[in-house]
Amino acid sequence: MSILVGSETRLLVQGITGREGAFHAGACQAYGTNVVAGVTPGKGGQTALDGSVPVFDTVAEAVRETGANTSLIFVPAAGAPDAVMEAATAGIATIFCITEGIPALDMIPVVEMVRAHGARLIGPNCPGATSPGRAKVGIIPGSIHREGRVGVVSRSGTLTYEAVQAMTDAGLGQSTCIGIGGDPIIGTTFLDVLELFAADPETEAIVLIGEIGGAAEETAAAWAAEHLRDVPRVAFIAGRTAPEGKRMGHAGAIISGGAGTAASKVEALEAAGFRVAGSPTELPTLLRDAGFAG
Amino acid sequence: MKLQEADAKTLLVAQGLPVPGWEVAHTVTEARAAAERLFAAGAAAVVVKAQVLVGGRGKAGGVKLAGSIDETDAVAGAILGMDIKGFTVRKVLVAAAADIAREFYLAAVVDRAARRILLMGSSEGGVEIETVAATNPDAIVRVHADPNLGLLDFQARELAFTMGLEAHLKDAVRIAKGLVATMRAYDADLVEINPLAIVRERAADGSAVQRLVCLDAKITIDDSALPRHPALEELRDPDEEAPEDREAREAGLTFIKLDGTIGCMVNGAGLAMTTMDLVKRAGGEPANFLDIGGGARHEKVEEAMRLILADPKVDAILVNIFGGITRGDEVARGLIEARAQQDRDVPMVVRIVGTNADEAATLLQEARFETATSLDEAAAKAVAASRGAGPGVAT
Repeated sequence: MSILVGSETRLLVQGITGREGAFHAGACQAYGTNVVAGVTPGKGGQTALDGSVPVFDTVAEAVRETGANTSLIFVPAAGAPDAVMEAATAGIATIFCITEGIPALDMIPVVEMVRAHGARLIGPNCPGATSPGRAKVGIIPGSIHREGRVGVVSRSGTLTYEAVQAMTDAGLGQSTCIGIGGDPIIGTTFLDVLELFAADPETEAIVLIGEIGGAAEETAAAWAAEHLRDVPRVAFIAGRTAPEGKRMGHAGAIISGGAGTAASKVEALEAAGFRVAGSPTELPTLLRDAGFAG
Repeated sequence: MKLQEADAKTLLVAQGLPVPGWEVAHTVTEARAAAERLFAAGAAAVVVKAQVLVGGRGKAGGVKLAGSIDETDAVAGAILGMDIKGFTVRKVLVAAAADIAREFYLAAVVDRAARRILLMGSSEGGVEIETVAATNPDAIVRVHADPNLGLLDFQARELAFTMGLEAHLKDAVRIAKGLVATMRAYDADLVEINPLAIVRERAADGSAVQRLVCLDAKITIDDSALPRHPALEELRDPDEEAPEDREAREAGLTFIKLDGTIGCMVNGAGLAMTTMDLVKRAGGEPANFLDIGGGARHEKVEEAMRLILADPKVDAILVNIFGGITRGDEVARGLIEARAQQDRDVPMVVRIVGTNADEAATLLQEARFETATSLDEAAAKAVAASRGAGPGVAT
């Protein structure tokens, strides 16, 4: 089955005529994702991806004409919150926002509105999700995946690639790999994704990749201790050497007032039955140690 | 971006919050002139506060009272130029010393888990909130602002009553709502008043009155929002930002200087943190966090290399690139170009995987770069190179 993206995904790309949007929409399509529409206000009637994808002025029109159910957003930070709200209002069920650098306070009413429409937002500042062999929605390189039964969830981009590559190299395929984003205010949390994985019959093991800042890893760990008792699970936490009070690249990766440290997260995860790796390359071995045969 | 206390107070005043007057002085002469005005206006004493962007300045001796103009000279002279946690004090805030009857704590922060603005109040003012949270968590009152409407009147009243501010209800409501309004107006991550204080003052007719005022202010602006607040960008204190930090910011790189010897250049924040962690795990000390971002071109790589080498402590460099949007060959070209230009040669270990990694490998091999395949191998090689370069190590 996989989660969030799959063969049922009908993808709309907001910002498809921009440099990033065009490049990554093309890569998603090349991976086999069903890219059904693009939206760029003012460019309705044109086509994208060598004439294969119609471009619309509004998301509402794109949904009406193509039945798009998933959106991928490459709109710059100033317009991205509006793009998310447009998608939610038009009835898009799953919205991925790749855009980095959106002010945190902008996202508060956006998340609220997405919830009110019964939609799901992943991100912002996330790399998207891939269900290997089925669909890729986002910027994760398609080549690093292998089909399988490990669910991977992460706050990061390239660090996720590193972990996924290590899994693939070790022969451990993935059901879905998802980056939830490195910002303080995000639509979908670790806990939300763990709940989805728990309900997915094809996900039989879990890799969680966290980092310093906030307490989302701790919250997810507490839930996993109770609900994922029999699921082999491993984790990695980035930022053991990060100094306090500095924003480590991601807006959300900051230790403040002694809270959000790597040590606290590692402790919570280990107490919840996760095997925590000292390096992402150790994840496959630890997963096998935890009883996952692959 | 952290604001100096005086700038933070200016923002609060602009939102209509009660903040007792102050002056900023860069020299003892300016501090003395400010004190003269304050004593002439009836102040019994003045307070001189170091303007530095680090916590704990009071404990470090950066906040002092003066009972006379001459004493202000001495106090300001001692504080100006003082080093507080590595920052030199270049200016002080001078204000009439408050006659405090009672202290409180009030702050607005972004609550990630609730995805709301959270207002936190405590009747234990003047103490760090983390301390209160650890020793007396029940003393902290929490209220979430509405995602669309901000803090509502009834919420502010509830907060005020719970904190024991019923005697100053109107002002307490105004201040609580004002903190949330300040946060929203300037895209702040944090607006903290510690202490929020009931002070004894003399009314115009000489009678004693008590007033609720913001005695200190700490504001942090969300860096992502700075482009739309150019006036706030101008408040960035050039004395408080290391030159390399400014260079990095202007080049679009995320750079954080650390104390170690191994320079790191990585694409992606999570991977950059991981690279630092693995250097440490292999027995080395990272010299910096540096994220060159997605899709970095060779010019950016050259700039990043200059920043790393500007730190004289750096004796080895680890480059770790997982190409996705970023093309490995583009980074390799940048590295080759940078090495040709740099005036100082330090051992470098390069790991490039992902997009165009093969082309990168060929380029690096031709240019005789030390390369590594796995992340752990790269870290181990960099640490070995750093040790080899260090003083007192037999080669």
